[in-house]
Amino acid sequence: MKLKPTFYFLFMPLALWMLVFLVLPYGQVFVQSFYTVDDFGTLQPAFSLDSYQRFFTKELYYKTLFKTFGLSLIVTAVALLLSVPLAYYIAFKATSNKTLLYTLIILPLWVSYIVRAYAWKTILGSAGILNSFLMYVGLINSPIEVLLYSDLSVVIGMVHIYTPFVLMPIYTAFEQIPVSLVEASKDLGASRLRTFLNIVLPLSLPGIIAGGTFAFVLSLGDFLAPILLGGSNTLFIATIFQNMFGTSNDKPLGSAIGIVLLVVVLVVLELSARGERKYSSLTSR
Amino acid sequence: MSPKKIDFLNILIGALALGVMFFIYFPMAIVVLYSFNPETVNAFPMRGFSLKWYETMAQNQSLLNSLKISGLIGIFGTLMALVIGTMGALAMNKFNFKLKRTFERIVLLPITLPGILTGVAMLSFFPLLGISISLKAVVIGHTTFLICLVVTQVYARLKRLDPYLEEAAADLGSTPWQTFWRVTLPNIKTAMIGSALLAFTLSLDEIPITFFLTAQDNTLPIEIYAMLRRGITPEVNAISTLIFVLSLVALVLSVKYGERETKIV
Repeated sequence: MKLKPTFYFLFMPLALWMLVFLVLPYGQVFVQSFYTVDDFGTLQPAFSLDSYQRFFTKELYYKTLFKTFGLSLIVTAVALLLSVPLAYYIAFKATSNKTLLYTLIILPLWVSYIVRAYAWKTILGSAGILNSFLMYVGLINSPIEVLLYSDLSVVIGMVHIYTPFVLMPIYTAFEQIPVSLVEASKDLGASRLRTFLNIVLPLSLPGIIAGGTFAFVLSLGDFLAPILLGGSNTLFIATIFQNMFGTSNDKPLGSAIGIVLLVVVLVVLELSARGERKYSSLTSR
Repeated sequence: MSPKKIDFLNILIGALALGVMFFIYFPMAIVVLYSFNPETVNAFPMRGFSLKWYETMAQNQSLLNSLKISGLIGIFGTLMALVIGTMGALAMNKFNFKLKRTFERIVLLPITLPGILTGVAMLSFFPLLGISISLKAVVIGHTTFLICLVVTQVYARLKRLDPYLEEAAADLGSTPWQTFWRVTLPNIKTAMIGSALLAFTLSLDEIPITFFLTAQDNTLPIEIYAMLRRGITPEVNAISTLIFVLSLVALVLSVKYGERETKIV
């Protein structure tokens, strides 16, 4: 501890940066959520719970929050269902091309978000590739319109975008399971399914929780996929939130929505951290 | 267990895995394929092969300008994050202080909280600091979330480092400065390069924070977003293909450094 000046020299830039550019901005959103606006949309400093009251009493707002919650849960569930077999295959079945396969599942994380959202727009559009393909092979006569600009297209796009985030931690968790445990289970006569349900799954729960949390939190806060793939037919809480700082110009209400969203996200993160700790103690014992 | 049953299960798992892989790659394959589409509408079947959308793209001044802006923001943001983040990681590794645990969590917030919240928070606060909504604000916004990538990766590497290495250097008479340059830095170099590559790529791709902090100057993803809102333009396929190829190169580079890293340890 004699190197005190060194510590301040090294640490202060980071601490100050985080304070000024991260903590204080979040604080400002909190303070702003109690402000009011005048008829011209100008902020008026005040201590008013009006914005929160409007959020929790107006159907459009709180129902959208519930709907976003539900759709994010669906995205998370589907992403988990897709990730488990692929991660399992790469971790336990693949022998020769493991590095290549692993690189292939992390590559999408490096590919632009906007490109992936756009790809689905091309595929699902009414004159898009899926519709024109189905018409070409004669399965349908007129384009299926609900493919794009619906809850379905937003969910498909989000599942596609967030599945790699789920795959990573699940794969890592599978990789860390000692092969001897799996073999012992089989030697004792357990079927493959039983081994998977009683050994592999419980031991990989921390990874599954981490991956699911990623997908859930990212979906909750996504406003671009709903705009690009959902159009005006789908409303997510993040879309309303963004609108309050744009065209609607109601910053106090926007800030209140932001604080509600922040609290939801922090609760989810805390629960998931507890879950991870609880189940990772299974592995370490 | 009969071998027949195992085969069936294996085939099922393999088929599911292949299906998911297809789901992940199909959309990107479509974009790459249709970047060579001679027509304006992306429909099946594709009639012919053409490079015309690459030509259109090469003549789109605002797109090229956005690429330049993105590149500059990425470079500035990454460099600042690298300096501030590495210094912070060194401090956190070497010293214990009050609220260290809390601080470790705060540093992680920009990557754990939805970008849209961070974006709006900065939009609300930066003008109070006298920072107008401009590219300057975007660079600061990017640096803030890139810092946490650098801090976490470099900090993780430092924790695995043998603390006696630095003590040995000191015992042998080297100054703290010499110890840093000759002992610590060479050992954290690959973590710094790896996190810088990741930071640069993420900066190029960042939308939610940039969305709120930029005035008229668009970064590449924001420009693409604006093009999409104006209606699908096939040249987006071409620029997307280029981005895809660039991402591939960045990933291969980072895997290469990753491997070298394991060889050293």
